[in-house]
Amino acid sequence: MSTTATRRTPKTVPADPTTLESLPIVSATDEGTVLNRRDAHLVITAGLGWPGLFAQTGRDLAETWTLRRLVWTLAFLDIKLRYRGSLLGPFWLTLSTGVMIAALGFVYSHLFKTNLHTYLPFLSLSLVLWNNFITSTVSDACVSYTTANTTIHAMRMPMSMHAARSVVRNVMVLAHSVIVIVIVFALENTWPGKTAFMALPALGLWLIDGMAVSLLLGGFCARFRDVPPIVASIMQIAFFVSPIIWSPQILKDRGIGVILLNWNPFYSLLEIVRAPLLNQVPSEATWMSALGFSAVLVVISTLFFVRARSRIAFWV
Amino acid sequence: MAMIRAEHLSIDFPLYHGESRSLKKTMFAAASGRGRLGEDARKRVVVQAVRNVDFELRSGDRLGLVGSNGAGKTTLLRTLAGIYEPSGGRITIEGALSALLDPGQGMNPDLTGRENIRLRGLFSGLKNAEIARLQEDVAEFAELAQFINLPVRIYSSGMMVRLGFALATAIRPQILLMDEWILAGDAAFMGRARQRLESMVRGAEVLVLSSHSADVILQWCNRVIWMDQGQVRADGPPDEILSQYLPPDQFAQAKAALVARAATQVASQPA
Repeated sequence: MSTTATRRTPKTVPADPTTLESLPIVSATDEGTVLNRRDAHLVITAGLGWPGLFAQTGRDLAETWTLRRLVWTLAFLDIKLRYRGSLLGPFWLTLSTGVMIAALGFVYSHLFKTNLHTYLPFLSLSLVLWNNFITSTVSDACVSYTTANTTIHAMRMPMSMHAARSVVRNVMVLAHSVIVIVIVFALENTWPGKTAFMALPALGLWLIDGMAVSLLLGGFCARFRDVPPIVASIMQIAFFVSPIIWSPQILKDRGIGVILLNWNPFYSLLEIVRAPLLNQVPSEATWMSALGFSAVLVVISTLFFVRARSRIAFWV
Repeated sequence: MAMIRAEHLSIDFPLYHGESRSLKKTMFAAASGRGRLGEDARKRVVVQAVRNVDFELRSGDRLGLVGSNGAGKTTLLRTLAGIYEPSGGRITIEGALSALLDPGQGMNPDLTGRENIRLRGLFSGLKNAEIARLQEDVAEFAELAQFINLPVRIYSSGMMVRLGFALATAIRPQILLMDEWILAGDAAFMGRARQRLESMVRGAEVLVLSSHSADVILQWCNRVIWMDQGQVRADGPPDEILSQYLPPDQFAQAKAALVARAATQVASQPA
């Protein structure tokens, strides 16, 4: 015990009158760190109307923002755990994507009779963005609360933290896979110009949508346990009906293109990121459609989360 | 300073069994409900775990919760911790709160002790240097030695209890909620745990303890609430409430155990 006291004596935390840290607490019998936690003042009232529910949700999101270091660490540890003891770690995912691109590129360039030089960069971008972000975000969203049930039952945490963790984890997965795109671009020696920067606002929109999907599906799948397989099949179908492995140019002037391109949220959302990286400028209509679908998603997700937030602890 | 107040607190605990978990069943039920959708939504089984509970605790109050299994003690603790949000009434909490509800403490079993402590530190908003100190403190108090670098999954249950307790109290809360599992520690650890708790409670903080062992309640608490079927059956000083709650022979036994325990503590204390 005395060793603890001596070790802690040279305490160099600046005395801040607003935190409990400034209180003199070091003594031989009195171990432990005093600190000021965020929830030092908390009022939970039942039966609030919509304004009260919105205020609670706003506080929940704000708390997640203050916990962003925790969110980052949790996401990082998730990936580390997933690949603990494996030789390549998260680069296994990168490698498997690379192999898939090589195989599909070879087969489909023959099937569609397209030029490998233009098809391979298109395919690598599409597959990386789809497999390593869109699909993985959606499937992780379904289990973002159910897998965190022990944490949810052990202490009060902002509910949106679990959704944010899932999104951040998938951003990290995507970052690992960027190397595949770089290799393909280098092999084909096609580099996007300044147009590529137009993908940045689109990626920002993806983060917002990812968060909205995680909040919505996370809660919904916690309540209804048969939803995750339904979502998985929808994503499977979306993969084939959306222009991911086939170019949207094929359908440009055909009737079915109206449905598969104009009314397909996956297409517009994918295109606003993919096109700039292929040195093309996405059309204004594509951007409007992406923004429109995102707005609908955010509204539905907000309304759901505002209603469901306080119930999730009972569902998981 | 520290304060925790429950006003007309009620918690309806929905029970989700196989069928109500299914989206398909729920949609069919709604479709075939012939306009009784509202009724259908209410048809799910709800347990009224806590009903209309009122109390207020201020600095220095140490509340013991007693009651038979299923009386709503643990649900009440979870609600006070803010984990379950009440379906009726209001909770007001002033002060940093920590809840020791289960030994796992929401830790990820696949992460090492050190990583789990780091996560807790980040949750509490500590800086990196403070987290390093927290890891040392917890490892030392929980006597984990080199186990701190191994996954929590392989810890013995005693080690889990020690780690959980050290973690919840190292970041010193002003309000501590405890379920009775803490009594699972070995005798030597219990002595140190009590020492730490006593120093906390002496610091004019609030303790809420749910326990079945009357002598622990008699020793640690200065107020007891007797929960029965989710409601407060009696509320008052420990001696008075426990003498109503326990059969006379068990109450006498608890008193005797308390005296005996106090005697051994005096004897075991280093001069």
